[in-house]
Amino acid sequence: MIGAGKIKQYSNILEKPLNKGKQEVSLSAFAFLFSELVQYNQTQVDNIAELERRLEDAGYAVGARVLELLCHRDKGNRRETRLLGILSFVHSTVWKVLFGKVADSLEKGTEHEDEYMISEKDLLVNKFISVPKDMGTFNCGAFVAGIVRGVLDGAGFPAVVTAHFVPMEGLQRPRTTILIKFAEEVLQREARLG
Amino acid sequence: MTSTACFIIVSRNDIPIYEAEREDAAQLHQFILHAALDIVQDLAWTTSAMFLKAIDKFNDLMVSVYVTAGHTRFMLLHDSRNEDGIKSFFQEVHELYIKILLNPLYLPGSRITSSHFDTKVRALARKCL
Repeated sequence: MIGAGKIKQYSNILEKPLNKGKQEVSLSAFAFLFSELVQYNQTQVDNIAELERRLEDAGYAVGARVLELLCHRDKGNRRETRLLGILSFVHSTVWKVLFGKVADSLEKGTEHEDEYMISEKDLLVNKFISVPKDMGTFNCGAFVAGIVRGVLDGAGFPAVVTAHFVPMEGLQRPRTTILIKFAEEVLQREARLG
Repeated sequence: MTSTACFIIVSRNDIPIYEAEREDAAQLHQFILHAALDIVQDLAWTTSAMFLKAIDKFNDLMVSVYVTAGHTRFMLLHDSRNEDGIKSFFQEVHELYIKILLNPLYLPGSRITSSHFDTKVRALARKCL
């Protein structure tokens, strides 16, 4: 019977406690919801870029909230003021809470000073989605890119974040890489803070 | 004896999203708090703590500030010296703010219009300050 468990009903969201509660959400429920999100947005737009932007905006809203909640809950009210600090926060804490594991790798870009990459062998949102050839380079990881952008933007590190497929030898499906390109002011402030 | 207090929440874009006055205070209180924003801006990047204590003085009034992870600032104008009370006040309001923020229909950076939130903040102010 649905809803058989006894959950205390709160009259207002402000009364409800902020602690962890039930950690897990059904994977199938999430995959279904996400696929509906993508399909709904597909009907609303004319081109791929617009679709990616919409997914990113949806993720941005999540990122802004995740930042505040996790800093309060898991980090004992410490803010991140340094670049590496916020990157490792995203790579470990955020990934652990959202996907149940830390991200596979965090790398610094070789060509540009302001580029960083978070890679994931099998990104959760791409797990049950196959992209047809005529959609080109479209990547549903744009949702996760939006989450990362929301976290970075909220913490005061504006960046352009995109998701890319990187084919890997030995793996049937390509790896997903989240590419983070920080704005100029972030690098200047980092240099100033020394 | 109640101390004069004015509490505002300022979003990261320097727009006030919530205000609460203890008594009928002049515009001067809000002016003082807004003038202190510049100081907060610089100070926020020098420390990873959220509670920034008293950062500015005006006559006998002090400005205390608490910065959240998303750079939303809670600013309190007061004339008491009760630092622990102020810190616990900020922490309680921070929890309330996060609960408001978690509402998917709340646009971050917009005004907080919930009367329930207002009631709770005023009750906390009476309790802690």
